[in-house]
Amino acid sequence: MATYQLSVNGKRKEVTADPSTPLLWVLREELKMTGTKYGCGVSACGACTVHVAGVATRSCIVPISLVGERPVVTIEAMHDDPVGRAVQDAWVEKDVVQCGYCQSGQIMCAVALLKATPKPTDKNIEESLGGNVCRCGTYVRIREAIKRASQQLA
Amino acid sequence: MRLKSENSTGFSRRGFLRVSAAAAGGLLASLYFDLRSVAQEGQAPPAKIYPPDAFIHIKPDNKIVIQVNRLEFGQGVHTSLPMILADELDADWQQVIAELAPAADVYKDPLYGMQMVGGSGSIAHSFQQYRELGAKTRAMLVAAAADRWKVSPDQCRTEASVVHGPGGKTAKYAELAEAAARRPVPATARLKQPSEFRLIGKPVRRLDSRSKCDGSLKFGLDLDLPEMKVAVVAHPPVFGGRVKGFTDSEARSIDGVREVFEIPLAKGTGVAVVADRFWAAKQARDRLKIEWDLSGVEHADSSQLWTKYKELARTPGNVSVARGDAKAIDQVDAAKRLVAEYEFPYLAHSPMEPLNTTVRFDGDRAEVWAGSQFQTMDHMAVAQVLGLKPEQVTFHTEMAGGGFGRRAVIDSHVQREAAVIAKRLRGTPVKLVWPREDDVRGGYYRPMHAHRVEIGVGPDGMPSAWRHVIVGQSLVAGTPFAAMLIKNGVDATTVEGTADTSYNIPNFQVSAHNPTVNVPVLWWRSVGHTHNAFVMETLIDELATLAKVDSIAYRRKLLKSDAKKLRGALDLLDEKTKGWRDKLPQDHAVGIALHESFGTAVACAVDISIDNKRPRIHRATVAVDCGLAVNPLSVESQFQAGLSFGLSQLMAKGAITLKDGRVEQRNFDGYTPPYIVDAPMAVDVHIVPSTEAPTGCGEPPVPVISPAVVNALARLTGKRYRNLPLATI
Amino acid sequence: MMHNRRNMLRTFVFLLAISTAWIVLLRVADQAKSAASNNTQAGGLAAWEEVYSVLTSPRCINCHTATNYPQQGDDRHRHVANVIRGPEDKGVPGLNCASCHQESNADSTGAPGGHNWHLAPLSMQWQDLNDRPLLSAVVCRSVTDRSKNHNLDGPGLLKHHEEEALVLWAWNPGRRPDGTMRTLPPLSHSEFVAATRRWVEAGTPCPK
Repeated sequence: MATYQLSVNGKRKEVTADPSTPLLWVLREELKMTGTKYGCGVSACGACTVHVAGVATRSCIVPISLVGERPVVTIEAMHDDPVGRAVQDAWVEKDVVQCGYCQSGQIMCAVALLKATPKPTDKNIEESLGGNVCRCGTYVRIREAIKRASQQLA
Repeated sequence: MRLKSENSTGFSRRGFLRVSAAAAGGLLASLYFDLRSVAQEGQAPPAKIYPPDAFIHIKPDNKIVIQVNRLEFGQGVHTSLPMILADELDADWQQVIAELAPAADVYKDPLYGMQMVGGSGSIAHSFQQYRELGAKTRAMLVAAAADRWKVSPDQCRTEASVVHGPGGKTAKYAELAEAAARRPVPATARLKQPSEFRLIGKPVRRLDSRSKCDGSLKFGLDLDLPEMKVAVVAHPPVFGGRVKGFTDSEARSIDGVREVFEIPLAKGTGVAVVADRFWAAKQARDRLKIEWDLSGVEHADSSQLWTKYKELARTPGNVSVARGDAKAIDQVDAAKRLVAEYEFPYLAHSPMEPLNTTVRFDGDRAEVWAGSQFQTMDHMAVAQVLGLKPEQVTFHTEMAGGGFGRRAVIDSHVQREAAVIAKRLRGTPVKLVWPREDDVRGGYYRPMHAHRVEIGVGPDGMPSAWRHVIVGQSLVAGTPFAAMLIKNGVDATTVEGTADTSYNIPNFQVSAHNPTVNVPVLWWRSVGHTHNAFVMETLIDELATLAKVDSIAYRRKLLKSDAKKLRGALDLLDEKTKGWRDKLPQDHAVGIALHESFGTAVACAVDISIDNKRPRIHRATVAVDCGLAVNPLSVESQFQAGLSFGLSQLMAKGAITLKDGRVEQRNFDGYTPPYIVDAPMAVDVHIVPSTEAPTGCGEPPVPVISPAVVNALARLTGKRYRNLPLATI
Repeated sequence: MMHNRRNMLRTFVFLLAISTAWIVLLRVADQAKSAASNNTQAGGLAAWEEVYSVLTSPRCINCHTATNYPQQGDDRHRHVANVIRGPEDKGVPGLNCASCHQESNADSTGAPGGHNWHLAPLSMQWQDLNDRPLLSAVVCRSVTDRSKNHNLDGPGLLKHHEEEALVLWAWNPGRRPDGTMRTLPPLSHSEFVAATRRWVEAGTPCPK
């Protein structure tokens, strides 16, 4: 067990956990922030995506010992982020979700994409969201919603 | 409509555990299945009175909480069922809140007689029920207002949760709720004419969207209770294996590990690890040194099974359908006979949310939280394991991250595991989690199947005879569902999609073998249609190509004249694809498939090319006849997304295989679902206008997409694809 | 006068002897040099083959692809989750190399890591578009082409093999998600460096 000082959604957090614990489980079980989801644990599905120092990161594969002081931003903060909010609004407008379990990860990747590429092409969308699994299959509406958010942000 | 104080979150759960006295103890089968009504195909559900106060709660602030009598796991019932009720109730939709009902008699599916979601039956079975609930409640509110104002109910009208009386009198539903609740529930109530619908038939956005986008909605896996522990179970590497012994010193050395002990499983035994946190539990479970006794159980092996299945497919099975002359096919000249053999592997459902159930056992009562598709059975199973009566167990239905059938398990194995562990940790809530590896390797798959089809091709290119043998495990043999689904030794779910075909095929014989294999199997979204539609629609396409007839024209000719829904869907598809079907670029091709399942007819056309050695779907057009489309936005969503789910069958790594009893795949790296690049880039959905009773849309999208894609591929490569998954093109 | 002629003859013979000896010495030196350079060439080529065996082993070649994706595993299958190269060999905004790969190995979860994890640029592809390793001669030419290799000369290449973090990673590749250790290249790092040195000292010769 070790104690870590983290920056999560702009706030300082102190957690005690085994160094090997993935950031995902520190967020979910120590900080009780369950918006970030566990889908596979081997970085194959993207449900666990957060932003670490602005980089879309798969939190299931990053042990807490490797996070350091880099700021962590989760789905819970997207509401207060202009790009995050636009993406969420587009998601609601386009009625994207079905079961919804993968959508935190999809949204975090979409936000990272739009922050880097405000007017993404189909190819940009497909590449940045290319590693996110949606078993319900909401991919068609995800594409539409990203384009919608891009329009709204322009 | 009982009044509740503002700080309560809903009904008292106990108030709705109206489990009948007969349910206490006794066998599963006789208690909850209204088997008579289920066995009577095509009959109207028996008339039941559903008490409105179990479904509707009008709060003092005029919010209306509506109970949804089945699991929401993506299909949208959380919105559509309340929509139906709210329309008849004339409720203000903006004030409606939906909740998933706990397990209780009153929430049983009106047709199946058990609380469940499956068979794409949510709207189909509860449409009338929810309409009546809304209409009766409205009538009671109006009667209460009329009473108060000393006017006739006919002088009142309702709109947006307000009763309007003569002379400008108004009363909010909240003000009338208490008085209305004291009135007797009317036996009948006037239902709206379709022209009066304000919500039904309109595109209505989901109620659960925002909370699923901001991380606030809690799934079963997100549950957090005071003092809660997490459990992960070591399952035998071969189904039915047993623990001979284990060493747990390394496991116990992990911080936070509390208990390690052997538990019975649905089949065989395993070892449970209980810890303060999931990561500790999983790490500890992975560090257990277990000696397994794997004797006395079959070590299922995919290559051995294929040999056996292909042999069986060459022999007649138990007959499911025999129409015309069974010997006709034997008279057909070899040159005019099309023989095709198909292989379909085991498939895992792999819903995004890993399986989980939380149980707290307090000695004389218990509480369960589960995203269950089968509340009735799971509730009973937990009670049984804990030695309690069902009314001593409160069973909460949690929002679920997908299911596709995986959360509807006859043996309730996940809930039983959780209950066994909770029993040992009396007083402490225990959340059992199946990590993704357990999900991929843990069985309950869509069974593997072999088909062998011999078709006599007549001089007009139409089939003159058709002999079809199907081999695959039964889903229900040895379960309470057997009586209902197994006829003449054939499991109906094995042959559905072929035996019940609406193609007018003379001298048509379908038979099946249901071998017993030591691999647990389960219904996978659209069940038998997953493989049967693939076989039928690729063979029909092949026949059309041989006859040099257009795919759509051929089907139109072969369909029975009374196949109304299929003909309607096909015609609509024809119309909607005329603009692009024959105008594709050189390296593109179109593929067509048509199939009816669960009462809904679907026609699908795809535009594909080959990109990086995989099919790239540029566009899919879907025409669907689902009767009245209660929520067309939801119908569109189901079809746009359901096609992508259906593509699971074509993924290069989309197969579960076994070697010497052990599942070879481990996680999504070895068993790979469709990603965005595998899905269609665009899907346009067209609904045949209809006022017929609504039929389901949960499963009907799945059967058509794989044959449509493969039919298009055949045009590009000249090859026929009869072995799934599509490892190479 | 007879006395002077004898002296002149002696001087002449002496000079002749010296020049002959000098010519012979030069010739021998020349031959020795030529013989020595032939040996270095062979030795250099042999050293290169040792270097090539490491470069084309999975821990190295998995990131030296000709395609828009990396590989993983000893069977060098396409990397999971559709990760792709991106315009700067670091992935794309929603899916970067750094999305999973941190500054060091994450043994508890199975993600390898090292400083600035990224794909080798396409100029450093050591496979063809069908994921087959390129021939030794082709890789050698590529690696020594200063217009492609970030302008590294022989000593620069040696230093790269000695010190570059992602090169060193190959000998400390960490655990796979299933807990087993990843396999190492066929030579130890010091053997690899020694072979590189011999090859560099031979003038980085490439096979024909």
